[in-house]
Amino acid sequence: MSNLLEIRDLHKRYGTVEVLKGVDCTMRQGEVISIIGSSGSGKTTMLRCINMLEEFQGGTITLDGAEIGYETVGGVRRRKPEREIARQRALTGMAFQQFNLFPHMSAAANVMLGLIKVKKMGRDEARALAEKWLDRVGLLSRIDHYPGQLSGGQQQRVAIARAIAMNPRLMLFDEVTSALDPELVNEVLQVIKGLAEDGMSMLIVTHEMRFAYEVSSRVIFMNQGRIGEEGDPREMFVKPKTERLAEFLKSSTFN
Amino acid sequence: MDFSFLDQLWVARFPLLKGLGVSISISLSSIVVGTVLGVFVGLALTYGVRPLKWLVRGYTDFIRGTPVLVLVLASYYVLGTVGINLGPFQAGVLALAIFCSSHVGELVRGALQSIPKGQTEAAKAIGLTFPQTFAYVLGPQALRQALPAWVNTAAEMVKASTLLSIIGVAELLLRTQEVISRTFMSLEFYFFAGFLYFVINYGIERFGRYVERKTAVPS
Amino acid sequence: MTYTLNFSAVWRSFDLLLQGLALSLGLAALAILAGCAIGLITAFGLVSKSALWRRPAGLYVTIIRNTPILVLVLFSYFALPELGVRLGKIESFVLTLAIYSGAYLAEVFRGGLIAVPPGQREAGLAIGLTELQIRTSIIIPLMLRNVLPSLGSTMISLFKDTSLAAAIAVPELTFEARKINVETFRVIETWIVASCLYVATCSLLAALMRAVERRLAVPR
Repeated sequence: MSNLLEIRDLHKRYGTVEVLKGVDCTMRQGEVISIIGSSGSGKTTMLRCINMLEEFQGGTITLDGAEIGYETVGGVRRRKPEREIARQRALTGMAFQQFNLFPHMSAAANVMLGLIKVKKMGRDEARALAEKWLDRVGLLSRIDHYPGQLSGGQQQRVAIARAIAMNPRLMLFDEVTSALDPELVNEVLQVIKGLAEDGMSMLIVTHEMRFAYEVSSRVIFMNQGRIGEEGDPREMFVKPKTERLAEFLKSSTFN
Repeated sequence: MDFSFLDQLWVARFPLLKGLGVSISISLSSIVVGTVLGVFVGLALTYGVRPLKWLVRGYTDFIRGTPVLVLVLASYYVLGTVGINLGPFQAGVLALAIFCSSHVGELVRGALQSIPKGQTEAAKAIGLTFPQTFAYVLGPQALRQALPAWVNTAAEMVKASTLLSIIGVAELLLRTQEVISRTFMSLEFYFFAGFLYFVINYGIERFGRYVERKTAVPS
Repeated sequence: MTYTLNFSAVWRSFDLLLQGLALSLGLAALAILAGCAIGLITAFGLVSKSALWRRPAGLYVTIIRNTPILVLVLFSYFALPELGVRLGKIESFVLTLAIYSGAYLAEVFRGGLIAVPPGQREAGLAIGLTELQIRTSIIIPLMLRNVLPSLGSTMISLFKDTSLAAAIAVPELTFEARKINVETFRVIETWIVASCLYVATCSLLAALMRAVERRLAVPR
């Protein structure tokens, strides 16, 4: 069976600073992969390259066999047209550290926007889907609330519903619990676990080591712009092969 | 541009220069008078007792709700009627100064009110009287806050000085119109006058940016 | 000094003042509407990453903001015909005020655009919206809510600027007031009434803008 996601020799520079120095990674449908590593290791940048929130200068990313963001015509690599990039972005869903809900729209309207504008759904159909997914994240009773009326954890759950309602091939989670008060972290992690059980393919950048241990089928440890180590969490977390990972695990808290 | 414009400009250099001088003195006098008045307005708005505060609030709201041109025309026509015989220059400057005072008043009030309450409390705690508190704590902070916007008000006054041409004050714009009525070169001379005003105001704007950088509290 | 106030002459011409006020409001509405369109486009230019957009937008705003509006009004009406652009008084004034307000509104909108967090655009991109969809559905609605207070005061000040149309004999409120002043010699009464009409209209506009602000406020 072919891979869902293939990343080949991914290079990314900000000016003269190289933040990704050749990343290779493949992912099969239904896999849940956690990406861990210290800040500045390139894990968030890698995630943001997959939906072209960041441009990258070298390498390829393919999703379901189609190259993301760039095409090579006559030996010249160039950015795909914006419309095509927008269409490709809709194939992945993303949840952000800062939620980024649209503050002038109700929870329902947040979920419906992409369904109506991108998927060209009718309002009723979109509303029904919004109800289904907000119910799924446990917020049906808050469907007409505005982001400003919701707690951080609730906002993040709406944001996840907004992404998942688009029926993406792959979900990207970018440190979704980092901005939350400790007592609100669990409700969000429970939602993600539920999605994992449904077989959703997910790439999760996280600082929650216990969560990564419990939910992932594979863990990638990023170190200075490269993949430092990867494998089954039950092996990696118990017997790290590299000193770097051992140090990193020692400095992180398991709770 | 053909050379006849430069010839005509040379012929008209003295009236235009005089006009420019009048424009500058209108602006300067109205800024000075308006600022002095405006500081009192601002203080009254912030610290005044109730009836005084209401009175001054009414004054600023009325002035700010009226177009400057109406102030200029009213000042020019009304003062004569009530027996105060001022020339158009004085009447115009008075109107602009009143306009300026309401703006400066709001600036001063905004600046004073933006200072956290803790500042006054801290000053009281070390035993300063209110005048001392104002002189050493509130005043300097408010000045920093208000200065950049005050410089912009100065640019507003230069632009507003053109309105005095309508009541016959021979400032730059009226002189320009006179030259145009003689030479029929409206395009060139309006452009020239506009350019002069632009240079003055642009200079003030840049100066305002400079002041803004200079007055920023080091952090 | 004896001057007894007598408003009867002004009341007899009151309908002229009201007609003038209506024209003032009309001039302002047209100019501000066009100015909002100009201002919005310019504001996106001002925050653009490309100097190709930013430079001309900045130049336009700088030139207009530093030139007295009376010079612009006279220039459009008296000098533009020399370039073959012949407009009526009202058209010429509305055009001038539109271009003038565009520069001020651009500054207002720019401030509101900067205040929209970049995460909003990214969230829009992530669900597959195009830049244009992001602007119309997310950025502009949020920007408008950010700027409503300063938008209101800018609109009021632009409404007051319609008085400059008197300089080219457009029969708006200031022009009518001056005419009544000269014809009736009820100087004080005329200007009191005219000012009051301006002040009342400005307060009404301010109240209207506050109502819009409340209406559009994001619930929290």
